[in-house]
Amino acid sequence: MDLFEYQGKQFFAAYGMPVSPGEVAFTVEDAVAAAERLGPPVMVKAQVHTGGRGKAGGVKFAATVDDVRTHAANILGLDIRGHVVKRLWIEKASDIAEEYYASFTLDRSAKLHLGMLSAEGGVEIEAVAEENPDAIAKIWVDPVVGLTPEAAAAWVDAANLNPAARDGAIDIVQKLYQAYVEGDADLVEINPLILTPDDRVHVLDAKVTLDANAVFRHPDYEEYDATQSRDEREQAAHAKGLQYVGLDGTVGVIANGAGLAMSTVDVVNQVGGQAANFLDIGGGANAEVMAGALEVINNDPKVSSIFINIFGGITRGEVVANGIIEALSQVDIDSPIVIRLDGTNAEQGREMLAPHLSDRLMLEPTMLDAARRAVSLAG
Amino acid sequence: MSIFVDENTKVVYQGLTGSTGRYYGLLNRDYGTQVVAGTNPRKAGSDVDGIPIYATVAEAVEKTGATASCIFVPAPFVRDAVMEAAEGGIDFIVVITEGVPAHDEAWFYNKLKRDHPDVRLLGPNCPGLISPGKANIGITAGHIAKPGGPVGIVSRSGTLTYQALYELKQKDIGCTTCVGIGGDPVPGTSFIDCLEAFEADPDTRAVMMIGEIGGSAEEEAAAWIKANMTKPVVSYVAGVTAPPGKKMGHAGAIVSGGKGTAKAKMEALRDAGVRVGQNPTEAGELMAEVVAALG
Repeated sequence: MDLFEYQGKQFFAAYGMPVSPGEVAFTVEDAVAAAERLGPPVMVKAQVHTGGRGKAGGVKFAATVDDVRTHAANILGLDIRGHVVKRLWIEKASDIAEEYYASFTLDRSAKLHLGMLSAEGGVEIEAVAEENPDAIAKIWVDPVVGLTPEAAAAWVDAANLNPAARDGAIDIVQKLYQAYVEGDADLVEINPLILTPDDRVHVLDAKVTLDANAVFRHPDYEEYDATQSRDEREQAAHAKGLQYVGLDGTVGVIANGAGLAMSTVDVVNQVGGQAANFLDIGGGANAEVMAGALEVINNDPKVSSIFINIFGGITRGEVVANGIIEALSQVDIDSPIVIRLDGTNAEQGREMLAPHLSDRLMLEPTMLDAARRAVSLAG
Repeated sequence: MSIFVDENTKVVYQGLTGSTGRYYGLLNRDYGTQVVAGTNPRKAGSDVDGIPIYATVAEAVEKTGATASCIFVPAPFVRDAVMEAAEGGIDFIVVITEGVPAHDEAWFYNKLKRDHPDVRLLGPNCPGLISPGKANIGITAGHIAKPGGPVGIVSRSGTLTYQALYELKQKDIGCTTCVGIGGDPVPGTSFIDCLEAFEADPDTRAVMMIGEIGGSAEEEAAAWIKANMTKPVVSYVAGVTAPPGKKMGHAGAIVSGGKGTAKAKMEALRDAGVRVGQNPTEAGELMAEVVAALG
């Protein structure tokens, strides 16, 4: 789950990290009122789940309330890398002496937490890693041990920050680690972490991704779930509890299992088509789940054929066939459907489907044959 | 031979009294797995279709001599269940449960490494493993696997594992052991662990490795194969067309920051001398060629 900048700052503030006062605004009038309460100068910042906001004109300094009005009007509705700006964060402006970078994420290869700290902040860390890798001080933290104050100090020293920032940075990286672990985050990133002219270390931006698997420990995260950026199709699938990712093609895909679903999308591509989506219905493949999946795909206007790819493991072929037949009696589908059914009791399943077959419902013996048929039907 | 488990492996099921645990526990027993115990502190003294339930893993180990554990408890309880198994004397822990928080996984992976270095963890979020004809621990459909050899299988994806077993069986090719390492960010057992075990197993003469996008496990496996593997490896990697930044069903299946793409993984594997199929069927055909050449 990706947090907006302001949600990330509130998340960090809960762990005692210094952030600037600010308010969320959904309209120009909201923004102006917020600026009046905060007192200019303020920053007007687009809240979207993507980077590159500054370059796209989504972050502006406003010296006066009139400036806020102008900038808010320009930024609301702006398209930043496909994300339309619907909310703004109006924040008290800060004086900046220096800009740093700090983050924690999981190093999957080392199976340890990885902290990165750099005196070169305010730019994309990937660019720093490319051009000047020595400018990034890295620390690998064993989750059993945690980040000790001594390790935090040594890490900060290795990053060669301004000596005036040392104590503030040591304090903030420890709180950042605490937020990362206790908050069950996949990523916590402060870019920039700033040193002010009066020697305070301060969080000026926040990027936080939380682990959706840990919501049971954090019931308040449901609020974040509601603000995820999903397209209409993804929203509908999410509401049905389906594992769905929207893509740009014309062949709707339904498969059981994440690996098989990914593989199905690949095979559609290999035979010259493009999938409209990734959809994993999991192991069950019962009528209810199948009907829900078909409904989501049917509502996608780009879809012109549907490929159902099921491999029965524990789930038996006749159960899958029955699920498909029942689902089709519940939902009216506009596009022709091609089914590949293999695995346990696939023969019985195919026999059950036989009387229902037509030029709207087809059965193919293999994954490749079915993909070819679905792609040719999609035109 | 098989790797990790065989017909003599005694297994305790943590979560046997739940509906999923019971379903698969009994299926595993029907397959021939020695399902010797279940645990549940509130149901100790009872049984599940004749399988005794003990309060703790330690007690189950003491009473039955179990050396392996299969965990089906819900995600919030997995961390404690893993540690209970390790502290109770289990040396092979299989976690089927999906949806375990990444921080829990990172924690118990390192805790085991530190305090119980001899314990092997498989999963979480994996289908388990099957040594066809000997033992099936987890949720793999036993009858789609042909016993014997000469192929060992290791995979990050459940359904693609089944697909691989099935394709091989259609070609009358047997399998020594098929290990599903799972699709999560911190798998307890890696590709390399399995490759190493297959390399050492005399009955395994070729290995099928099924990967997917995300992380760098396939690249690391490729480097290991290049340096150490004498047996032929055939591979397939899912997710060539996956868009960056999207989790494709599995928590670990995500291309982020341009890293973890299927293309890079396939290139690394090819560079290590691995034969890479463009789809599961092609991988099956390549394996049939490899097996035929073994004579």
